[in-house]
Amino acid sequence: MALLTIRDALNEALREELKRDENVFIIGEEVAEYDGAYKVTRGLWKEFGSKRVVDTPITELGFAAVGVGAAMAGLRPVVEFMTWNFSVLASDQIINHAAKMLYMSGGQFNVPIVFRGPNGSAFQVSSQHSHALEAMYSNFPGLKVVMPSTAADAKGLLKSAIRDNNPVIFMEQERMYGMKGEVPEEADFTIPLGVADVKREGTDCTIVARSMTVPLALQAAEKIKEEFDVSCEVVDPRTIKPLDIDTIVGSVKKTNRLVIAEESHSFASVGAEIAYQVMDTAFDHLDAPVKRISTVEAPMPYAKNLEAAALPSVEKIVEAVKEVCYL
Amino acid sequence: MLYQMVLGRRFEEKCAEVYRMGKIGGFCHLYIGQEAIATGAMMALEPSDMVITSYRDHVQAMVKGIAPEAVLAELYGKIGGCVKGKGGSMHMFSKEHEFYGGHGIVGGQIGVGTGMAYAAKYKESGQVTLCFFGEAAVNQGIFHESLNMAQLWKLPVIYICENNHYGMGTSQERAMSTRNIAKKADAYEMANEFVDGMDVMAVRDAALRAIERARNESLPTLLEVRSYRYMGHSMSDPGNYRTREEIAKYQERDPIVLFKDSLQEAKVLGDKDFDAIEAKAAETVERAVKFAEESPFPPESELLTDVLV
Repeated sequence: MALLTIRDALNEALREELKRDENVFIIGEEVAEYDGAYKVTRGLWKEFGSKRVVDTPITELGFAAVGVGAAMAGLRPVVEFMTWNFSVLASDQIINHAAKMLYMSGGQFNVPIVFRGPNGSAFQVSSQHSHALEAMYSNFPGLKVVMPSTAADAKGLLKSAIRDNNPVIFMEQERMYGMKGEVPEEADFTIPLGVADVKREGTDCTIVARSMTVPLALQAAEKIKEEFDVSCEVVDPRTIKPLDIDTIVGSVKKTNRLVIAEESHSFASVGAEIAYQVMDTAFDHLDAPVKRISTVEAPMPYAKNLEAAALPSVEKIVEAVKEVCYL
Repeated sequence: MLYQMVLGRRFEEKCAEVYRMGKIGGFCHLYIGQEAIATGAMMALEPSDMVITSYRDHVQAMVKGIAPEAVLAELYGKIGGCVKGKGGSMHMFSKEHEFYGGHGIVGGQIGVGTGMAYAAKYKESGQVTLCFFGEAAVNQGIFHESLNMAQLWKLPVIYICENNHYGMGTSQERAMSTRNIAKKADAYEMANEFVDGMDVMAVRDAALRAIERARNESLPTLLEVRSYRYMGHSMSDPGNYRTREEIAKYQERDPIVLFKDSLQEAKVLGDKDFDAIEAKAAETVERAVKFAEESPFPPESELLTDVLV
């Protein structure tokens, strides 16, 4: 095992895939000479050159389209959005083109492309740089949606995403780039898409968390164990689409209680979908209504205290667990 | 080339006929009047070259090599269609024929076509990309984003603006601050040319120049090919925004008649030759109708195939 930051784990995944397959290339704003806005692509331009690591003009729709066309014609682009907030400009290419191409061409043209970058809030970057967009992209058949929460997951899932023959939405979190974790050193370590991971085992309440809320949920679980001797199981689906609902439902059948913690807004969220699916298949196993912690229904404010109040927190998750456990 | 144009015309006339009979659903955008563009531009290509276009794609698909049977069956929503009945009028595709689709978002294919050319250059495959779109797409951001990157990165792509003067019911005059589309490429220092879209040989010559530039110098070109669509934007469009006189004026320079006359004047085409072309086109269209009628609807098991999530 090697102790790596999530940033470096992603960087390793990119480096290994660039080495493995000459059709893989990285394209986006500041990915090459600048070493990446968040340094995820650090050193890759120097190592692989301008053909494989390509700086673009600020033209999100345009370079997303170049990626889609290049993928249709046989390449495997990794398209970086400096943040997923900017992907909204490119959403026509992601949604109307990449997602639908295989189906509307009757199975002839697949689009093996990864769109990646940081999703959700950062540190006081305010309304237009803080949106968590996974619910939107999860609503389009044809797209896979991946959200790692540890260094190992980041590396293993990104490698699988690059090898997948479908368009993959790969969502990182700026707040988490510096978080360290053990990453297996085995050659060609990958993690299959669509398999959840139980980040902490427990018996009394299931917390489903993803991306930034995973470390929050783990802290909350620790706190609840200490203060109330309640044992929480933390399930990280890791990929939103395909969703490993079996692992989630299996956990709920064991604990009979469910809290969902997510960074996105609550209305029509991924958490809402998970709550529905659990209700649909395990209604009789629930001993309390499902509780959800999300970002408040407002654009992200700048002020530090308001930003903190808007986002999920350890305390909010603790309160939600107490509620479903009737404590 | 004359046969391709005649076939395109007769095919689209048949589409209009069977659409009115309810055999074809959804949107159906016909190409009548613009045949010289697809024919002239695409017959200058190698088979391995790539083509992408908008939703007005039936004739482009056929000129690129997709069988008329497969195009009409697609319009019928039958399993024998070129995308198994999943795409319909706007989404003809054929990997075998390097035909990257009809696309339904105005201008979307300009960016995708740019990416196809990007891949050709990356792989050093020698392929060029023809990217067709209407004049209304020029007002979309993707047109400008694409031209900028194509010239910046020297991509082997030919942008062919089929200027038929109307974006649905809105004339170019009411939608664009300038009239001269070809010159927009000057803003990106890209080669550009204005072409008479009623003259198939002029289209072919301009396409050949652009293809040579793309293939030998890896440089893009914007061609503005001025043409006219005789029918409405789609089959549901009665066309109240323009006069019969205007349509008649353009029909005086019908691309098929012009080409036929020039061939006859040059004494390379006799009356009987043209009759034979018409007969062959009619026969091909009838064969396509028979195929489309007889092809079964896609089985329900197709509903969830070709989508892998």
